[in-house]
Amino acid sequence: MAAFGNPQLKLLERLCNASAVSGDEGEVRRIVLAEIEGLADEVKVDALGNVLATKKGTGRNRPRVMVSAHMDEVGFMLVAEEGEGLYRFETVGGIDVRQLPGKAVLVGKDHLQGVIGARPIHLTTADERRRTIPLDTLRIDLGPGGKAKLGERATFATRFQRNGPVLIAKALDNRFGVATLIELLRHAPENIDLLAAFTVQEEIGLRGAKVAAHAFDPDLGIAVDSTPANDLPSHDGEENNAYNTRLGLGPAIYIADGSTLSDPRLVQFLSATGDALGIPYQFRQPGGGGTDAGAIHRARAGVPSISVSVPHRYAHTAALISRVDDWKNTLALLQGGLARMSRDVIAGSR
Amino acid sequence: MKQLIQKLTETFSPSGYENAIREVIHKEIAPLADELRVDALGNLIARKGTRGKNGKKIMLAAHMDEIGLMATHIDENGFIRFSNLGGIRPQAMTGSRVRFIDGTPGVIGTERLNDGGKAPGLEQCYIDVGATSRKDCPVKVGDVCGFERPCIDLGGRLVAKAMDDRIGCVVLIDALRQLKSSPHELYFVFTTQEEVGTRGAGTAAFGIDPEIGVAVDVTLTGDTPKGVKMEVALGKGPAVKVKDSGMLADPRVVEWMTGTAEKARIPYQREVLEGGTTDARPMQVTRAGIPAGCLSVPTRYVHSPSEMVDMQDLENSVKLLVAMLAKPVDF
Repeated sequence: MAAFGNPQLKLLERLCNASAVSGDEGEVRRIVLAEIEGLADEVKVDALGNVLATKKGTGRNRPRVMVSAHMDEVGFMLVAEEGEGLYRFETVGGIDVRQLPGKAVLVGKDHLQGVIGARPIHLTTADERRRTIPLDTLRIDLGPGGKAKLGERATFATRFQRNGPVLIAKALDNRFGVATLIELLRHAPENIDLLAAFTVQEEIGLRGAKVAAHAFDPDLGIAVDSTPANDLPSHDGEENNAYNTRLGLGPAIYIADGSTLSDPRLVQFLSATGDALGIPYQFRQPGGGGTDAGAIHRARAGVPSISVSVPHRYAHTAALISRVDDWKNTLALLQGGLARMSRDVIAGSR
Repeated sequence: MKQLIQKLTETFSPSGYENAIREVIHKEIAPLADELRVDALGNLIARKGTRGKNGKKIMLAAHMDEIGLMATHIDENGFIRFSNLGGIRPQAMTGSRVRFIDGTPGVIGTERLNDGGKAPGLEQCYIDVGATSRKDCPVKVGDVCGFERPCIDLGGRLVAKAMDDRIGCVVLIDALRQLKSSPHELYFVFTTQEEVGTRGAGTAAFGIDPEIGVAVDVTLTGDTPKGVKMEVALGKGPAVKVKDSGMLADPRVVEWMTGTAEKARIPYQREVLEGGTTDARPMQVTRAGIPAGCLSVPTRYVHSPSEMVDMQDLENSVKLLVAMLAKPVDF
């Protein structure tokens, strides 16, 4: 088992603080390429910008295991300049517009500081305060002289913080996955060929993973992602039966989401791995949503696939909150799973 | 034939969990096929014949999965919350009976509704398996169930759950049985995960790499009181799909179907379906694209636990498919 501590958290911090809105993943890609240098037998950046790294094992009859983690995050794109440093913008990926007014943002490759402006309470009526502010009336304000180019992306400005067992950051979805996959490459087991895909454009429709899976043509696929925990108590005291996942219970293994019915053999295999190694895990509640597995399992003639996620609260907002231990256990479960992986796992019928 | 329909429709195999139905179909077709295999997503693929001089490589697809439910939460009193596998009709919920894959039966209940005139949302429904606590509930999160309803024989018409698309499976099985000779290399494919987005047929088509694709699936009818506006009616023959909301059937495939029906004096109807699609869609856009179409069996009450088909339509569907496959195609 690989060490887990400060170096891993430092890596996660750098990844979370980087800006990589879908379609503009360069900043995270550069960190990934630097971190994995020398770790893989082959590294390439494909036409869409995915980083595809192959680390061959040495055992006999090795399965080709694709593990993917998307590099992109949800954010904004500037679409019109209105002078005085004011920019109209669109959202990229699933963002709840109700949460935007008053948030600090970073624009472009140089991380220009700006604000999504909100009219102060002094100057609003009670009726206005009850209504949602529509996106087309919101602006990113860079201040006078602030200059950005149309098409540039912006992210939430939140900086990574750790408070003991707690992590607060933007973009934990899915820098958790990216950091995990880097660590998996660092300690790749010999019994498999590890096909690591750091993918692009997941948040706008699993686009990078689709071409990555076609290129890798793997025997099985695992998407490593981060998923919402809606685990707060109900306001009316009723049992919360729609929590999706819960913080503190370990990695979330997927049985079904809106994009994938996980291969039952892999659900069984990963949960048995957790049981055998004493690693806590939970099942993500079956429901909607999607991960790279949605594209991987439909590649070519089909790929048995599953997803594993680190849970976090407040998905796709400016500030997510998560637990160090949930990440540590996710990494441990995947390392344990890959080390025990063989073709036998998917030999029987699905 | 009726026995086969009963056997197939009374098997529980919601999307992604097609093991049971695959075994049943495997037994039926094992003596008829030249080669049988199961692919990575669980599609059952039966090859019959090889590509003759005037032949083509043709993929026929009928999906073997059915709509169902999956447990998402067991509450402290043993009630099971669930999400859907495929298009579930909320108005068909209350009082429905379900059976989990391990055999556990249950009934669907609903919370007290504020507006009794409105169908409940899925989040207001739960499954009761007679448990009294989370601990004694035999169902775990992720367990899957299908709707339970026996197949009934109304004489000329049959009613069952999962006619969509076990009736298509019956058409393929019977066509495989009746087909004496064909110039074509035929792949009879019983696909998975259609109800969650035609997933199995896509990967099967990539693997087979056919030159023509034909799906056999159910379609809606417009012949019930104040029903959907649609030309297709029960009992007027198989429906030749021209278009649905996910696919424009290749005109050459439409012509192949209608021309064959006219020559063989088999009644048929032309179908334009405004909502939904079939396995023909992923076949059409596989790899570099192929001509594809769909032969539909008219079915009433689709996606309810009581789907109705007409025996004449079924027999004529098989006849038409066999006639289509017996001769070379000219495109």
